[in-house]
Amino acid sequence: MSMDLPRHWRLKQARYRLEGSHCEDCGHTFFPSRLICPECRSENVVAHQFGGRGRVYSYSTVYNPPAGYDEYVPYTVALVQLDEGPLVTAQLTDVDPEDVEIDMPVEMVTRRLRQYGEDGLIVYGYKFRPAWEAA
Amino acid sequence: MMKIKKIIGVLSYRPRREFQAAKEQPPSTHGYDFHHSRGEFDGLSSPSTEVIIMRNVSIVGIGQTPVNEHWDKSLRELATRAVVGAMKDAGAGPDDVDALYVGNMASGAFTGQEHLGALVADYAGLQGVEAVKVEAACGAGGAAFRQGYLAVAGGMKDVVVVVGVEKMTEKLNGDATSILATAADADYEVDHGLSFVALNALLMRRYMHEYDLTHIDFAPFAINAHRNAVHNENAMFPFEVDESRVKTARMIADPITLLDSSPIADGAAAVVLCSADTARTFTQHPVRVLASSLATDTVAIHNRRDPLFLDGAAKSVAKAYDQAGVGPNDINFFELHDAFSIMAALSLEASGFFDRGQAVREAQNCEISRQGRIPIQTLGGLKARGHPVGATGMYQIVEASMQLRGEAGGAQLPNARLGMTQNIGGSGATVVTHILEAER
Repeated sequence: MSMDLPRHWRLKQARYRLEGSHCEDCGHTFFPSRLICPECRSENVVAHQFGGRGRVYSYSTVYNPPAGYDEYVPYTVALVQLDEGPLVTAQLTDVDPEDVEIDMPVEMVTRRLRQYGEDGLIVYGYKFRPAWEAA
Repeated sequence: MMKIKKIIGVLSYRPRREFQAAKEQPPSTHGYDFHHSRGEFDGLSSPSTEVIIMRNVSIVGIGQTPVNEHWDKSLRELATRAVVGAMKDAGAGPDDVDALYVGNMASGAFTGQEHLGALVADYAGLQGVEAVKVEAACGAGGAAFRQGYLAVAGGMKDVVVVVGVEKMTEKLNGDATSILATAADADYEVDHGLSFVALNALLMRRYMHEYDLTHIDFAPFAINAHRNAVHNENAMFPFEVDESRVKTARMIADPITLLDSSPIADGAAAVVLCSADTARTFTQHPVRVLASSLATDTVAIHNRRDPLFLDGAAKSVAKAYDQAGVGPNDINFFELHDAFSIMAALSLEASGFFDRGQAVREAQNCEISRQGRIPIQTLGGLKARGHPVGATGMYQIVEASMQLRGEAGGAQLPNARLGMTQNIGGSGATVVTHILEAER
């Protein structure tokens, strides 16, 4: 499988800053970014950086990974509901699978997602780790 | 019975045969206005509303290969066997066939071979015929069938062959897992290490949480599918499983185990379609396509309005019920897309058979069994017949036709008059629903 270099470069704002979009017409905020608002179909859409805090909506632990992720098995993936509303699909980190619970508060961190072989590209991006609840 | 549909504009060109067929229609209802045509889509510049006839469509031949790990058979051989089987069943020769539609998800990735329309046409003895591949992830088979239906219903083709084919076992397990994941969102799901199983596991976990269920509560889906597959000579797993096997099954992506999952497999299934008024020149037991519909939802689960409700399925069945003039209570059996047991539950709920959160309880009450309110997976479903992804939608159509023709053997339902099939691409992003009726 190729390294898809331009694709990973292109996704940097989403991967490193959790940048999605905000619709100036209907006020809807969504992730990932799109050219057209999925709520009202307006094209009046601007970039929006999410705060990176949310709660676990659902989770699973992967034992049979896709090619390229074998070295990380078992790892825990989740749907995280951001405080601003949207769901994000991401891995959980710094937590044992058996300690994960639905509604657990989490926060975004930047971690290695995968590496394309010994000399290949290392892909970084967002993962989520347990967070203390905001007072 | 003609279904009349108003459209803006008419096509300016039609092949000679269809031109004649159109002229044979009663003048009061035919809408092909050839004198009117100038450009390719004349109506686009014309304010007038034309009336076009939608023809009824029938399945007049079915064919399939066993679903299995066919180490000794290539993609083209599997497809050829299914096509030839369907054409022999219909008594149709190569000259009868006006077009071939090949449903397939990922032949390029699985076998290094794309361009299946021309390839299968050539090897199946249909050299020169119009042929094209249709892709919609695991919904490719159903989507290809719908293209064949549209071609005949719209009067552009008189006889078409549709085949669904997938050859998955050329690749090792991890590679196959990666290829299947191309049905999901590459940038925002798969790059984060999500397999297709993991995405379904996220749905199943949340469903269990919302409705206070445990993993073993889902066992009836696997037990029912395997029990029915015993009577299907083409099934990959024609044996029964019990609750203790479900309990001890190997974990794939928590909470999904091996017995919640359909297997990687090879296979091909095909039909011959024609206009209903000529169906009996081919067969004495045609199956009428009462409704055909396809709807979509977001590819990524995280962008769904509500991940636990398949909006795409609800839209797809609503259109199908409307076209057929029936409701869920009229359907005698339902071949749904149980790639994972959670998908069976979500499909039953979105299709109006059970209330939200009730499908697992109803399955525990045997309401999905042969004697239940809505029998599902009557010949094993994806779970036990096997899931050669792009072929699955066509296996559903072929199996539903067997039930409606009274040819399902030990799996035969006593009163199979109306059957519904639902083929799903991705985790609910493409949903193809068909309602079929036995023609007496």
